[in-house]
Amino acid sequence: MIRVGFVIVSIAVLAALLGPVLTPYDPAAQDLASRLEAPSLAHPFGLDELGRDILARILSGAQISLLVGLAVVSVSSVLGMLVGSVAGYFGGRVDDVISRIIDVLMAFPGILLAIALVAVLGPSLTNVVIALSVIGWVGYARLVRGQALRAREFDFVQAARALGAGSRRIVIRHILPTALPAVVVQATLGMAGAIIAEASLSFLGLGVQPPTPSWGTMLDAGRSHLFDAPHLTIFPGLAIAVLVLGFNFLGDGLRDRVDPKLVK
Amino acid sequence: MLRYLVRRLLLTIPVLLGVATLVFALIHLVPGDPAQSMLGDGASPEEVQKLRTALGLDKPLVEQYWSFMTGLVRGDLGSSFRYGTPVAREIRDRLFRTFQLAMAAMLVAVAIAIPLGILAAVFRGTAIDHAAMTLALIGISMPNFWLGPLLAILFAVYLGWLPVSGTGGLTHLVLPAVTLGAALAAILARMTRASVLEELRELYVLAARARGASRTRAVVRHAFRNSLIPVVTIIGLQFGAVLTGTIITETIFAWPGVGRLLIQAINFRDYPLVQGCILFISFTYVMMNLLTDLTYGLLDPRIRYD
Repeated sequence: MIRVGFVIVSIAVLAALLGPVLTPYDPAAQDLASRLEAPSLAHPFGLDELGRDILARILSGAQISLLVGLAVVSVSSVLGMLVGSVAGYFGGRVDDVISRIIDVLMAFPGILLAIALVAVLGPSLTNVVIALSVIGWVGYARLVRGQALRAREFDFVQAARALGAGSRRIVIRHILPTALPAVVVQATLGMAGAIIAEASLSFLGLGVQPPTPSWGTMLDAGRSHLFDAPHLTIFPGLAIAVLVLGFNFLGDGLRDRVDPKLVK
Repeated sequence: MLRYLVRRLLLTIPVLLGVATLVFALIHLVPGDPAQSMLGDGASPEEVQKLRTALGLDKPLVEQYWSFMTGLVRGDLGSSFRYGTPVAREIRDRLFRTFQLAMAAMLVAVAIAIPLGILAAVFRGTAIDHAAMTLALIGISMPNFWLGPLLAILFAVYLGWLPVSGTGGLTHLVLPAVTLGAALAAILARMTRASVLEELRELYVLAARARGASRTRAVVRHAFRNSLIPVVTIIGLQFGAVLTGTIITETIFAWPGVGRLLIQAINFRDYPLVQGCILFISFTYVMMNLLTDLTYGLLDPRIRYD
């Protein structure tokens, strides 16, 4: 499973990087005369409502999906690790305050908060990353907090403290590394979540704005052509589903490797 | 037991307060002046000022917060900017549609998932198991904003069996309900399979078989009933996901519920209505989770808060 995931994700990354080389078409070039043209040898995925090559746009959209995923996962994991380790390591009132904030954010359905934030901040790529990171860090914080609570009692942490290591050093050098494997698993699964969330927001018109090709906006455009051009819907959706499946496979596989207890 | 109930109820209060505060803060996150943003660039300074007064934005922040919270307690969510009607009424008018869709989706999910999960468990390791679990995996990986249009293409455009969108008879409900319920069905099927497998290993099932009960009877009468407890919990906990899923599903199928109202309100920059819809969805979500926890506490006396 982990291999399948790795292959899918690698292909997606390569496709995103090599997009312009793989297809002779410019994702923005319009050919209104042949708009909505069905898939053919020249255009394997067909043309969209403005006569743009769908394959070229999917390859270009892969860049957006992966970029948003990476940005969201990086911002939220770093923030979550920081907050979570502080809460878990120091405990007491700091932990109480942080835990209440986490409770409230967890009580909110994630995508709803993202929709709310983008609704007021305005639709754009940056705001999508901000909104998804605001909801994303909570999961990492909770995970790392739990790990930090346990790690605090480990002998090597006690030893470091006895040797006079400062709090910052203990958190960075001793506590965080124990949480890292779990964070990597969460981040891999988080890529899948972020990609779906970005596509959902773009589909609702709240994410990446046209003409930038995003798989979500492409699906949104396809909705007006269910009758005359279903290929507008089929291919971008397939791209999302396959990439999400890839990251889920990879994440599940990594989790089994990291935590051998889970393997039956 | 009572202590658990009271504690769980009390713990909900700060969460609700936090959610309400977050929603209150939303309008203040609008870059620049929210009133200007709602009216557009063409509005005169007088019009903007009038709207600021109407929204109470000219008052001190503490006063705004106080009137927002007291309004909330009275069920007053302010007035919609676009419709000029109370936000609470706009939501109430669409409430039924959203719950109708959510309930139908949960029904579809249960109707598909439970037989599938039981079959997969009973025929563990066979082609039936693999087929069922592959189907579940597909269900989980398929975003509903893709599944919905695909179902519409197949059943409305090609086969012509079902209407493509809107409301009317029961047939209008089928595609949205399946779209919304698919992911839940996938999760439930996996859960049911795992749960039944676990119960099948229990001694009482073996004892039933030893007494001469058929395999079917052992599964249906004995294992299945006990395996239902975790499944019921998941159904409750997933109601929130179904509720937020209505936002996309209602948009796809032009289903006139609260989710679609939210998206329309966002497009019109009708911030009071946006706030109202978000409050409504998140409060329902929190209350459903509370209800699930309480029911679970009643079902399984081992669960207690400490």
